[in-house]
Amino acid sequence: MSFPRLTTLTAVATILGASAAMADCGIASGRVAILSNDFPALQAMAAAAAECASATVTVTANQTTEHRDIQVAALTANPAEYTSAVVANSSIVPLMNAGLIRPLDDLIAQYAPDLPQLNRITIDGQTMAVAFMANAQHLYLREDVLAQVGAEAPATYEEVLEVLAAIREAGIMEHPFAMNTGAGWNLGEEFVNMYLGHGGDLFEPGTANPSINNETGVATLEMLAALNAYANPDFLTFDSNATQALWESGQIAVGYMWGSRAAGILDAENSTPEITGATALAAAPTVGGGTVPASTLWWDGFTIAANISDEDAAATFQALMHGLRPEVITANNDAAVWLMPGFTPGASAEGVSATANAGARPYPMLPYAGLLHTALGNELAAFLQGQESAEQALADVEAAYIAAAREQGFLQ
Amino acid sequence: MPHRTFLWFILPSLTAMILFIALPIVSVVIQSLHVEHEQVLVTVENCGPFGCTEETRVDRAATEALREAQPLGRFNGLGTYLDRRHLATAEVAEAWRSSETMGQFWGRLMNLPFYKALAFTLAYTFIVTPLVLVLGLAIALGVNGLPRLMRGPTIFFSLLPMIVTPLIGSLVLFWMIDADGVIGATLARLFDDPNLSLKASPTLTWITIFVYGVWHSAPFAFIVFYAGLQTVPEETLEAAMIDGANRWERIRYVVIPHLMPLAVFITLMQLMDNFRVFEPIVGFQAQASATSLSYIIYSDLRGDVQQFGSAAATSVLTILGVAILLAPVLVRTWRDFNRKRA
Repeated sequence: MSFPRLTTLTAVATILGASAAMADCGIASGRVAILSNDFPALQAMAAAAAECASATVTVTANQTTEHRDIQVAALTANPAEYTSAVVANSSIVPLMNAGLIRPLDDLIAQYAPDLPQLNRITIDGQTMAVAFMANAQHLYLREDVLAQVGAEAPATYEEVLEVLAAIREAGIMEHPFAMNTGAGWNLGEEFVNMYLGHGGDLFEPGTANPSINNETGVATLEMLAALNAYANPDFLTFDSNATQALWESGQIAVGYMWGSRAAGILDAENSTPEITGATALAAAPTVGGGTVPASTLWWDGFTIAANISDEDAAATFQALMHGLRPEVITANNDAAVWLMPGFTPGASAEGVSATANAGARPYPMLPYAGLLHTALGNELAAFLQGQESAEQALADVEAAYIAAAREQGFLQ
Repeated sequence: MPHRTFLWFILPSLTAMILFIALPIVSVVIQSLHVEHEQVLVTVENCGPFGCTEETRVDRAATEALREAQPLGRFNGLGTYLDRRHLATAEVAEAWRSSETMGQFWGRLMNLPFYKALAFTLAYTFIVTPLVLVLGLAIALGVNGLPRLMRGPTIFFSLLPMIVTPLIGSLVLFWMIDADGVIGATLARLFDDPNLSLKASPTLTWITIFVYGVWHSAPFAFIVFYAGLQTVPEETLEAAMIDGANRWERIRYVVIPHLMPLAVFITLMQLMDNFRVFEPIVGFQAQASATSLSYIIYSDLRGDVQQFGSAAATSVLTILGVAILLAPVLVRTWRDFNRKRA
């Protein structure tokens, strides 16, 4: 087995260290190989799952931010390179399309009969994944700056614009705002969030035909442009690392960032107590008179490969459930908004919880949503740079999507 | 050498070239002529932590049956090449018909992803390549004029940009040109414009990437020219000096003609390399302002859905582009070769 990435080496090191403990997970034998994204919550899960390693059970993990690019190829092999792929709403779709993951109902009945319905991602009646954490983008607010301009926490994007104008007018900050608008996937995600917040639907119901070139689409783009007039002119290069750094260095007062960054933002590292102490997490705002927050809900969950033996599948299921047992969740309470027993929602979970409670919609689990997302990320930058009109940008997105969807067989 | 011996002699490398270069290209060409099967869609109920929704998904059994019948996918001929994401023939024709001025046509052409990427790729190739040649020669002449003791360290430091991994090199520069970085902040102060940002404006992004390209490739030209300089015949130089030629004239009429074959070699390598420009776009996160052919191939292959057909078509077009670019240089080399043999 080859391990191309450094993160893997650290994962293997933890696994070797942990295997010395030889905890008993009740697994007789089998192979457990995890492919997942790379952030603290998943690292904790993989490290705990690795405790199941024994003379007859091998546990390895490849944790990389590039997991989506290799998962289909890796699970197509027979036997599959990884026995489990940790996925989210969008990345489960290609695995489903190719039939690379197995239904988990039997395994759940045998090893985790008490698993709540909440955690079961069921598609057409079959459980295909076990969801264990939730994520969403929401507002981060600097209460001290808001107090200086006498503003309350904004509940709508229209109010956000007023707050931003007040901060600029008071001369506190020239660029008080940031969101993840880096051209590519991040920018596409911001459009989807804002568009669903306006009450729009990305596709004509029941078909793969796009429906974004309309008034809602224009309103979405205009709001994005209005907000980013208050962002640093570099905003088309912003990813999560960039916006988190801006926040921690105190350069922005209103941010729209992922909930999974909250723990990192609120801890003492890379920031000052004045900034972390004044940081408040709030639900994603509504927009354009809409009733649901302009954000999409995401879950992370594990799947089990189809092309492996039943023995390996059972070993993997047990090891991963061991990695998600209440003690692990409690020990890593602030690393994520867990959907598992043992979780006590703390300060860092407030934003995601508030967004979910306010009724934000989940990111669409459609087989062609990824193609539209890519087209949005590639084509919208020209509008935000002021090179073309909103209508032209939306027409470009639809044209790019239609060409891609034809090639992939979703449209004729 | 008898033909038979020659054949045995090159057989190993020929086999490797067929296996690792020719066959993959053939497979890419075949792939570019096919598109995915029609996906049979069904609507099912999806449930999760955030409730249940009616959503569409691919009917796997039905789609699988189609795939079994035609493992390569549907034959699409040149359809992929002509669609909007590649040569966009229909869109270009429409833009030509409906545009009143050349400027308007150009604007519409630049709105198509392939032409936008091609424009940057060609600009990069034709701006960076000559600058690399000139700068490389200048550095080589400079270093050659240094006292022997200082040459070693100077050569080492001049080679550094080439030694640094391209991605790391561009990331370092990316941080330096940040509004808070040493170059970004200095420029903003110099021009007295706090909003000046090298990352925000497409023009400045292009210039930044060109500068990076020259910085990265000049050492290659330098080291080749420097090696060539060691072979310049002393007698010719001395004869030129006796004839009263100054330093510039000696360089112009003795050194440069002597180095000409090397210049052709460097041009060839640089044209090929620069046409495939990729790392700086990722390093500078410049995809909003600058995309290259290699970048759009990469973008097709990333994300939740990998678009192999589209990536294959762009790859074939890139190979054709390199062939067209190199043709004049290769024809020239071939003529020179024949002339020498005759």
